[in-house]
Amino acid sequence: MAAPDDTVLIVGAGHAGDAAAAHLRQYGYQGRIILLGEEIFAPYHRPPLSKAWLKGETDAAALALRGADFYQRQNIDLRLNTRVHTIDRARRQIVLADGQTVPYSHLILATGARPRPLAMPGAGLAHVHMLRTRSDADRLRAALRPGTDLAIIGGGYIGLEIAASARALDIAVTVIERESRLLARVASPPLAEYFQRLHTEHGVTIRLDTQIAAITPGAVRLANGAEIPAGCVVIGVGAVPNTALAEAAGLDCANGITVDATARTADPAIFAIGDCASRPVPRYGRQLRLESVPNALEMAKQAAAAITGRAPSKPEIPWFWSDQYAARLQIAGLLVDVATTAYRFVSNREKFAAFHLGADGAPLAVEAVNAAEEFMAGRLMIARRTLPARAALADPTIPMKTILA
Amino acid sequence: MPKVTYIEHSDAAHVVDVPVGTSLMRGAVDNNVPGIDADCGGECACATCHVYIDPAWEAAIGKPDADTMEASMLSFAAVTQDNSRLSCQIAMRADLDGLVVRLPDGQH
Repeated sequence: MAAPDDTVLIVGAGHAGDAAAAHLRQYGYQGRIILLGEEIFAPYHRPPLSKAWLKGETDAAALALRGADFYQRQNIDLRLNTRVHTIDRARRQIVLADGQTVPYSHLILATGARPRPLAMPGAGLAHVHMLRTRSDADRLRAALRPGTDLAIIGGGYIGLEIAASARALDIAVTVIERESRLLARVASPPLAEYFQRLHTEHGVTIRLDTQIAAITPGAVRLANGAEIPAGCVVIGVGAVPNTALAEAAGLDCANGITVDATARTADPAIFAIGDCASRPVPRYGRQLRLESVPNALEMAKQAAAAITGRAPSKPEIPWFWSDQYAARLQIAGLLVDVATTAYRFVSNREKFAAFHLGADGAPLAVEAVNAAEEFMAGRLMIARRTLPARAALADPTIPMKTILA
Repeated sequence: MPKVTYIEHSDAAHVVDVPVGTSLMRGAVDNNVPGIDADCGGECACATCHVYIDPAWEAAIGKPDADTMEASMLSFAAVTQDNSRLSCQIAMRADLDGLVVRLPDGQH
């Protein structure tokens, strides 16, 4: 356990950084905790930014991760609007952008990811948006005025969630995707088909297999010369990890800051958690970078446990969710090493699940649309490596409880 | 302000103020009560804010309606009991002052 003059310094005040600070206190850490954030806002929920926040259906108090006096009461020194310049590993201190130095006993890098930039003529124009922060969302929300044509470049989750929110605001939306289907990198083809139909039914124009040449002040120009009118453009083509600080400090980075199962880098005093980290994922035998709130929270627990000398928590199965219109998508596990897939249409084509199985028949991932029981049962089966009968999974008359038993 | 007692699996008790209208999940998160993970932040998407309602309070709190998202999620949550609820789905009320809930061994 830490001496009172020890300091954990956390760089990044998103979900991961906030959770690391909170768990250190939960685990009895007695030293100083300094939580540095670049933004002007105290830690807040990012998932609603593309949904309830964009639609104006929630307020800042609900968006905040904690109540206003939380950090003070937990004796967490939250410093906002603060940029880190460098890590000085030899002296175990960081240098802030203003030249001030802050020493640490342990350093947790929770620097997150940033939207992947699109190298494209016009990408820097004022009506072109990306969405990561509350400030980004506020700017986008102000731009989504009635009568605006919105073009979304990229048919991934962020783009589709923004499309659904914009339709709720009665904005005309076109989604432009260069691949031959939506969610090409992250979801199975039937799921992509479902979302394509859902968005089309809600009035979204979807352009697949479509390359873009340029963004102009009033349109998106396609490679074939056609123009899609757009008074507002959102680029949503993925995210890249913020690893510059770690790389400059000589820490190993390969699509994320490389850490072990306790979220520790090769420097025993430095941890990396959340979107910026590349971590072992035991169930899949791989080193991966995951972008999700549950991953941020799990890694925060790993780092806090390691720093306080506590036994590591049980490994969790990665999971994700997305809400679009009235549809709820939940995914457990990862779509890797999939050999076969069992599709289960529970009531009709609006409620279904895809169970992706490995060569040994054990579930590796479940994608569930409006099917919470299938999601929960699938998550359990993945964790327990159970071997369900493939035919039973595909038969909605056999309850999930029976399959799991 | 009404108070809620959260009792960890280890029997450590946390008595905290939870404003009327605030969810029991949020009450725990705002007071750093261990044992509520709340991965999804209150969207009823994860079942990691699972609690057991103290028997004395079960009638006042009630059970989730059948066919709700909460009921579906709870049907496969870890170590559920008859008095299991998802704390993000219970809003604090004045008449729940003194409520006691227990936390499971883990949320995953």
